[in-house]
Amino acid sequence: MDPADKILLDHGSGGRIAHRLLRDLLLPAFDNPALAELNDGAILEVEGSRLAFSTDSYTVDPIFFPGGDIGDLAVNGTVNDLAMCGARPLALSAAFILEEGFPLEDFRRILGTMARAAREAGVAIVTGDTKVVPRGAADRVFINTSGIGLIPPGVRVASHRARPGDRILLSGSLADHGVSVLAGREGLAFQTTVQSDTAPLHRMVAAMLAAGGEAVHVLRDPTRGGLGTALNEIAESSGVGVLIHEETIPLKPEVAGLCELLGFDPLYLANEGKLVAFVHPEAAEAVLAAVRADPAGRDAAWIGEALAAPAGRVVMQTRIGGRRIVDMLSGEQFPRIC
Amino acid sequence: MATRHSAEYRDRHLVQELSSRIRRLSRRPLRIMEVCGTHTVSIFRHGIRSLLPETITLLSGPGCPVCVTDTAEIDAAIELARRPGVVIATFGDLLRVPGSRSSLERERAAGCEVRIVYSALDAVALARQTPGREVVFLGIGFETTAPTVAAAVLAARQAGLGNFSVLCLHKTVPPALAALTAAGDLRIDAFLLPGHVSVVIGRRAYLPFFERTRLPCAIAGFEPVDILQAVAALVAQAETERPQVENVYRRAVAEEGNPAAQRVLAAVFEPADARWRGIGVIPASGLEIREAYAAFDASRRFPLELAPAPEPRGCSCGEILTARKTPPECPLYGIRCTPSDPVGPCMVSSEGTCAAYFRYHDASAGG
Repeated sequence: MDPADKILLDHGSGGRIAHRLLRDLLLPAFDNPALAELNDGAILEVEGSRLAFSTDSYTVDPIFFPGGDIGDLAVNGTVNDLAMCGARPLALSAAFILEEGFPLEDFRRILGTMARAAREAGVAIVTGDTKVVPRGAADRVFINTSGIGLIPPGVRVASHRARPGDRILLSGSLADHGVSVLAGREGLAFQTTVQSDTAPLHRMVAAMLAAGGEAVHVLRDPTRGGLGTALNEIAESSGVGVLIHEETIPLKPEVAGLCELLGFDPLYLANEGKLVAFVHPEAAEAVLAAVRADPAGRDAAWIGEALAAPAGRVVMQTRIGGRRIVDMLSGEQFPRIC
Repeated sequence: MATRHSAEYRDRHLVQELSSRIRRLSRRPLRIMEVCGTHTVSIFRHGIRSLLPETITLLSGPGCPVCVTDTAEIDAAIELARRPGVVIATFGDLLRVPGSRSSLERERAAGCEVRIVYSALDAVALARQTPGREVVFLGIGFETTAPTVAAAVLAARQAGLGNFSVLCLHKTVPPALAALTAAGDLRIDAFLLPGHVSVVIGRRAYLPFFERTRLPCAIAGFEPVDILQAVAALVAQAETERPQVENVYRRAVAEEGNPAAQRVLAAVFEPADARWRGIGVIPASGLEIREAYAAFDASRRFPLELAPAPEPRGCSCGEILTARKTPPECPLYGIRCTPSDPVGPCMVSSEGTCAAYFRYHDASAGG
């Protein structure tokens, strides 16, 4: 590392360069087995029980976007990180960094959203903290939430448990959140009806685990970095190949249209209320039925399968019958020139 | 994943039919250069190479605007970004392109003001909203983008804006084709000509180039069916030895192009020599802002020392852009040069050959 190197926005993009930061700086600094698992949350054994523990900080521009605001993301994001460990969320914390001059009205609105989201998720925000920094030292409001959850006995989901033959389920349409935020961003004069998909997924997960038990091998919510990055992470940790079929991936026409226009690949845009699951074929239909019974999972579809080879890689059969590699996101996607 | 409007151009049966037709027709080896970066991305994204017979090689040409932007031009943009009071407004692709020592992304991290915009008119709006600042738009792109930048200059003049200017790095396609084929050691048998550029300049603009080279040419759209139809047309031309400039994108490209866009272009810009990264200076292949609009020309407003900058050591972008090497033949490819840490511009843009290769290509996937 060059001493003159600085943090770039790309270090937070959730793609390859963010991984490098994790591997080169964070993992060596905090070195321990629970962290090294690199799941959405850490799994801790406490006197015979297994707890999931997760934390996430939220910054989004704009704060208010079609279908939600930063408050929904902060509650649902952490609830979902716990759910992806197979856990039932028990309690959340919330900490705020507020910029001097931030309108109280906006803050009140965000708190209202968070309270509603927590109520809907059935989890209480039990502790918190508020700090105010001088104007310019933060951008309006940053939120951190942490959460703990209880993992029921017999549940063993982890990103390294994918096996060749597993079927891959996506719980609904791709990239809705990413597109709603893009469309809400200043300077992008697109009218769109796309709403963020932000939603808590722990009830869907509980139903999936009830239906499939240990046959549910991997759960992941493809947030930053999108589905493409999430599948690569799973392929790498499990040492399997992943084959997905483009025509089976649910995608709203207006999302596809905006992506075409800007040259964005929906495989790399964020989702906030979707999950991807690797499921042993014997339980596949039961798990799909459980997902579809949830309001956030009505459009769920099988999108591919895990293979023995090429280990660690993701390949997509394109709609027209060709094949291509799907790599991890490498650098924040920028709109193209022509 | 598909959009309704393009579904018929992504029809699997039509694609299979075209693929078989090409396999049936193709006897002799044919090296086809796709000139346009959008074609490159579409070819990789849809896995089109995996549908073609071994006789056909697709090569990516100098049609990614970011890839052909010279290092010295990036250095100039960086120098402008560092000046107090200057806001750089740019298309996102340009952010990560390395200059000799830095990139706009790094300058932004160091505190310079660099804003991503989606069109030149957004930059005009930014200038209007920030009267105390000098907004410099980085004008990059071919005949597709240049008319929108010309329109922005006209809008800025009409609004009487004194704080908007364009660093004009635009380039034009036909002179580059001529330069590619003029160099000896030509390794291209046919050209897949760009769709968007042709919408503006028309089929006719390629005729002088064609008359000199007599190489098969086809103007293509960007959907898989468009591209395969054009490849089939090129194969037929080559096999029958009857080359022409075939317009396979008739739903968008007219013989004469778009006269309104051509008028706006001619009003604001005039041809000038331009340096293409990896290729060198090509006569009359760039656009310069006319004297009448000098007030909106960043290179006149902020005199810059444009020191010629050497290409990064080992970088083969020039050879790749001219079909003399494929990305994996570059010693830096995938080792020192990756999309998250690019050395050469072909690895930077989402439309760059090396980036597309890196993201989508894999021999085991048949891509």
